Amino acid sequence: MKVTGAQALMKCIREQNVEVVFGFPGGAVIDIYDELLKNEDITHVLVRHEQAAVHAADAYARVKGEVGVALVTSGPGATNTVTGIASAYCDSIPIVVFTGQVPTPLIGNDAFQEVDIVGITRPCTKHNYLVKNPEDLIPTIREAFHVARTGRPGPVLVDLPKDVVAATMNFDEPKPIKMRTYRPTYEPHPGQIEKACKAILKAKKPVIYAGGGVIAANAHEELTELARNLGMPVTMTLMGLGGFPGTDPLSMGMLGMHGTYYSNMAVANSDLLIAVGARFDDRVTGRIDAFAPHAKIIHIDIDPTSISKNVDVDIPIVADCRHALYFINSWFKRKKDFDRDAVVASHQAWHESIKEWKREHPLGYIEETDVIKPQFVVQKLHELTKGDAIITTEVGQNQMWAAQFYHFNHPRAFMTSGGLGVMGYGFPAAIGAQMAARDRTVIDIAGDGSIQMNIQELATARQYKCPVKIAILNNGYLGMVRQWQELFYDKKYAHTGLETAPDFVKLAEAYGAVGLRATKPSEVEPVIKEALATDNIVIMDFVIAREEGVYPMVPAGKATTEMLLV
Amino acid sequence: MKHTISVLLQNKPGVLSRVTGLFSGRGFNIESLSVAQTLETGISCLTLVTSGDDAIVEQITKQLHKLIDVIKVTDMSETEYVEREMVLIRVKAEANTRAEVLRVIDIFRGKVVDVSSKSYAVEVTGTADKIRAVIDILRPIGIQEIIKTGLIAMSRAKKQ
Ligand SMILES: Cc1ncc(C[n+]2csc(CCOP(=O)(O)OP(=O)(O)O)c2C)c(N)n1
Ligand SMILES: [Mg+2]
Repeated sequence: MKVTGAQALMKCIREQNVEVVFGFPGGAVIDIYDELLKNEDITHVLVRHEQAAVHAADAYARVKGEVGVALVTSGPGATNTVTGIASAYCDSIPIVVFTGQVPTPLIGNDAFQEVDIVGITRPCTKHNYLVKNPEDLIPTIREAFHVARTGRPGPVLVDLPKDVVAATMNFDEPKPIKMRTYRPTYEPHPGQIEKACKAILKAKKPVIYAGGGVIAANAHEELTELARNLGMPVTMTLMGLGGFPGTDPLSMGMLGMHGTYYSNMAVANSDLLIAVGARFDDRVTGRIDAFAPHAKIIHIDIDPTSISKNVDVDIPIVADCRHALYFINSWFKRKKDFDRDAVVASHQAWHESIKEWKREHPLGYIEETDVIKPQFVVQKLHELTKGDAIITTEVGQNQMWAAQFYHFNHPRAFMTSGGLGVMGYGFPAAIGAQMAARDRTVIDIAGDGSIQMNIQELATARQYKCPVKIAILNNGYLGMVRQWQELFYDKKYAHTGLETAPDFVKLAEAYGAVGLRATKPSEVEPVIKEALATDNIVIMDFVIAREEGVYPMVPAGKATTEMLLV
Repeated sequence: MKHTISVLLQNKPGVLSRVTGLFSGRGFNIESLSVAQTLETGISCLTLVTSGDDAIVEQITKQLHKLIDVIKVTDMSETEYVEREMVLIRVKAEANTRAEVLRVIDIFRGKVVDVSSKSYAVEVTGTADKIRAVIDILRPIGIQEIIKTGLIAMSRAKKQ
């Protein structure tokens, strides 16, 4: 069958189970948009800034467990996507970004709206392509989706010159993709599984340290089985939240810079650390030589470069997390003399220590009656949504309070820009999440600073009837930076005050959304209830204690046991 | 420690900048780099010399392997291999030193490839050590210019 490049693009996107494309048009992609208009089975969401298209595609991918797609024009359209792509790269999120490009004869001539986006994004994509020949278009698009979703997932960019999109070509049905140069390892080495299981049996003080890989690999059930079967406590990274039920007695919540006291103490005192789909990021490890100093380390990861990158690993397992955990669980099932009760009993003293740490320093805050505490807002959001909402966050204190106080019981319910920490991620992500799950409650837990970075998306949310809720924890500061200034820079608040701010209630109304404000603790619950009952976008402006800090906190470069506490 | 790493890759546009970008972005060293087509069309072999402790070199090889266009990465230092480098040296050659230059070049089994009344350009091929040695010996005579190819390396055939 003969098709144009634009038609081929539509067909290839549909092949991938993608129903929604987030984008913004321009001269270089006008043929694609013309085709999009004729295609009723692809919904296009017109964002108001290309960065938002990429964050929305990122969250769409996370909620659905599929690949997210963004489509933008050449030049500024392409450069506006870079932050979103870099964020998806750090968080290993599968997206494909299609950028328009000037026609091939003009490439290299400094043509109008020409930019070398393949060059610009080379270090922040898993892979990228410039399609120069029409006959390469279809295979390249298919390969792009394959690369994005397999192995360690990540963003892939495909640059589409205008003449390639307009050309006609043969459309062949898809065949399984075999690449000579790219074959990720999914199956664990049986010898390594055996070693890991024996180490687990020997451990008296084990800790499971679960990262985003658990969610990417859909390994939460296998992980939960392992932890519960052997009675092993679990701590999670920011990206791993929801990979194990947050309200389970074995959950210690998050670890690292703003992790719980007991998570950090448990890791520091453990004799076995089982890292699953996590990458020993500096925000997790603190001072590296003081991280899990007494532990033997098992590390399961699909990306060999993650293993022994920051911390020496004793038992590396290169594999898909789900496969590896499945084999570990099966090993215990097959082992005839496995005395589960004895193993669980052998961890008893360990659980007592953890309980003691929990008693000493539970996750908490100082309650007040006249000002709203941000942690209280997050707790109320959790309570009133029964822990069942999809939560996105901006970046800063709001993000950490969301991570600490909304106890995620399910995977794919928490979306945050973890590795890159992009202010402005949360709101477009909420739109992407809502497009992927039309009947779920989606809440962006936001800061007054970050929300202004992509506030223009209120129009997008309105246009596509995404009734997302925005909970601004409004402290009038770039709060996280202010907190560092308070603690380490003599309270010199250099350019972190946000006294000049819009009236968020009126701003919501200007966009046809609903604005609500709470200034007293007693108003928090009614505001949330009203927002949840409203079938429209709602901005909840919570005026909170201005100088509230996020605790515990491990100062940068310190050991994770050197925590500043509430 | 120095390591010679051989990388087989698909000869796609931009592939070289993926490799060099990896080194600059992650702060790894490249001491020399040479790249050319192999027997198979579309496949190139890139030889690079880098230095670092074991952990760094392990990261380098893994990161190279992670590039989508890369087919195979071999740390030659872990195998038996032969290495060669070629150098072109322009050395002062006036009446009183001409014979001396020719003698040195002969010992190193080099060739004179360009002659002027005041200088010779000579070509020498060999291991990195040999190239260093010839340069050291010619330096007192007066080296005017040096161009090197960078090291290339090949595993030794398995002995039957
Ligand atoms: C795009 C971007 N610019 C700058 C930063 C640095 N930064 C991290 S947190 C933060 C403050 C965020 O303020 P706000 O959104 O009000 O959140 P709060 O910490 O007050 O909850 C800043 C400026 C960032 N993470 N992202
Ligand atoms: Mg703020």
